[in-house]
Amino acid sequence: MKPAAFEYSAPSTLDEALSLLGDYGGDAKLLAGGQSLVPTMNFRLAQPAALIDLNGIDDLFFIREDGSGLRCGAMTRQRSVERSALVQRVAPLLHEAMPHIAHSQIRNRGTIGGSLAHADPAAELPALAVALDARMYVRSVTDARWVAARDFYVGLFTTAMLPEEMLVEVAFPTLPPGSGWGFDEVARQHGNYALCGAAAVVCLDSGGAVENARLVFLSVGEGPVEAKRAAELLVGERPTQTAIRAAADTAAMHDIDPVGDIHAGPAFRRHLSRVIAERVLSKAIKKATEAGRH
Amino acid sequence: MDLTITVKVNGREYERSVEPRLLLSDFLRHEIGLTGTHVGCEHGVCGACTVLVDNEAVRSCLLFAVQTNGREVSTVEGLDAGPQQLHLIQHGFWEAHGLQCGFCTPGILMSLVPFLEQNPDPSEKEIRDLLSGNLCRCTGYQKIVEAVQLGAKLIQEKSS
Ligand SMILES: Cc1cc2nc3c(=O)[nH]c(=O)nc-3n(C[C@H](O)[C@H](O)[C@H](O)COP(=O)(O)OP(=O)(O)OC[C@H]3O[C@@H](n4cnc5c(N)ncnc54)[C@H](O)[C@@H]3O)c2cc1C
Ligand code: FES
Ligand code: FES
Repeated sequence: MKPAAFEYSAPSTLDEALSLLGDYGGDAKLLAGGQSLVPTMNFRLAQPAALIDLNGIDDLFFIREDGSGLRCGAMTRQRSVERSALVQRVAPLLHEAMPHIAHSQIRNRGTIGGSLAHADPAAELPALAVALDARMYVRSVTDARWVAARDFYVGLFTTAMLPEEMLVEVAFPTLPPGSGWGFDEVARQHGNYALCGAAAVVCLDSGGAVENARLVFLSVGEGPVEAKRAAELLVGERPTQTAIRAAADTAAMHDIDPVGDIHAGPAFRRHLSRVIAERVLSKAIKKATEAGRH
Repeated sequence: MDLTITVKVNGREYERSVEPRLLLSDFLRHEIGLTGTHVGCEHGVCGACTVLVDNEAVRSCLLFAVQTNGREVSTVEGLDAGPQQLHLIQHGFWEAHGLQCGFCTPGILMSLVPFLEQNPDPSEKEIRDLLSGNLCRCTGYQKIVEAVQLGAKLIQEKSS
């Protein structure tokens, strides 16, 4: 229950951190909030030879608005995201979902970048990032690139980042006019990882039909799972309760393939997925209708 | 390689040479002898080890002591208002029987200090949301909720 020894460095600039990461190769781990990394080190499931502590790099802590939406530095604490009036205004879905992540004491340390990079299939932020069509800014000493959230997640606890790369910031585009959103999850206790959850973003056209829909699940696959068939069913349709229910059924039956664990078997997870999908789609459509372009 | 750190704990500065892998919880308990901070799970789940770092409630089992170099840490030992004088939140727990074995209590108290500063008159739901971050194996939480309500009331009465 104690971590193995490691070398510790606490750079104060991004360039220093990237060059340390490059030098260590795959032997070092970046230390963000430590709320996922340190437990695995305490259990010795992870025994990195070195930790590069990002907590002293002031440039990685920011929340700002630009012409196209919201931008958050990787080290922005989850608690700051939750409490930011800017996030509430520019990315209300993100704001609404933050309290579902762990407990306040964990969010005080945990960071947005740490959670996105960790790629836990049960985590809320990766699913939210895919639902909101977020883009990740990834850097190494030699390279810098933007990766779309849906390309960022490639498997269980696995992202498209190379060992020498680091997530520097994440950008959430403003939703187009006529959009609505919804988030919900079921957890055994508030603050626990969810048994199943989903985020939905729906955009209605001026005639009130669905122009675009995204439904993304957490905790039912190896990463965030986009319910593409359900979305296809909705596009072009008028969003009636029957259409929503049909989409939720399709999502639960055809878009996901959940495995069971001690808390919930595959059948129960499918059931939860259907119920949650119907709820979040209904919420999203209600908001989109209120926002109304027609 | 050991690193030398200076940490202010409950208002007093401590300089120690520590291994980077030393957890803040073990630093508090073993290096400076403040055993009021309890250690239950060492993976962030139980909340018994919660302390304040720069006035924010955090898990001391998920921080390395070296990360608190130059920072201010508050533990349950620093809560009392003076010798034999409990903090008003502690009074609430005393009067409303907010504890049985007491293992979870230090972590709960430390979570409550910033919580009640920011939200002096919390609803029962807000109290229960906060307490979700602290496991108690004894009380069933009902008495803890009542203790928090009483503590909040005592603080408000004193400040009015
Ligand atoms: C009791 C408990 C309950 C929790 N419940 C939930 C929950 O319900 N939902 C949820 O989503 N999470 C939950 N978490 C996890 C929490 O949200 C973590 O904060 C988060 O997953 C990781 O963020 P971190 O900043 O702590 O990252 P760390 O733990 O520091 O890092 C996690 C991983 O990401 C890597 N990494 C960190 N930053 C970067 C970066 N900028 N670039 C590249 N790689 C990086 C690290 O090297 C490490 O491998 C819980 C944690 C605990 C202890
Ligand atoms: S010992 Fe730190 S949360 Fe349980
Ligand atoms: S009083 Fe015993 S664990 Fe809470």
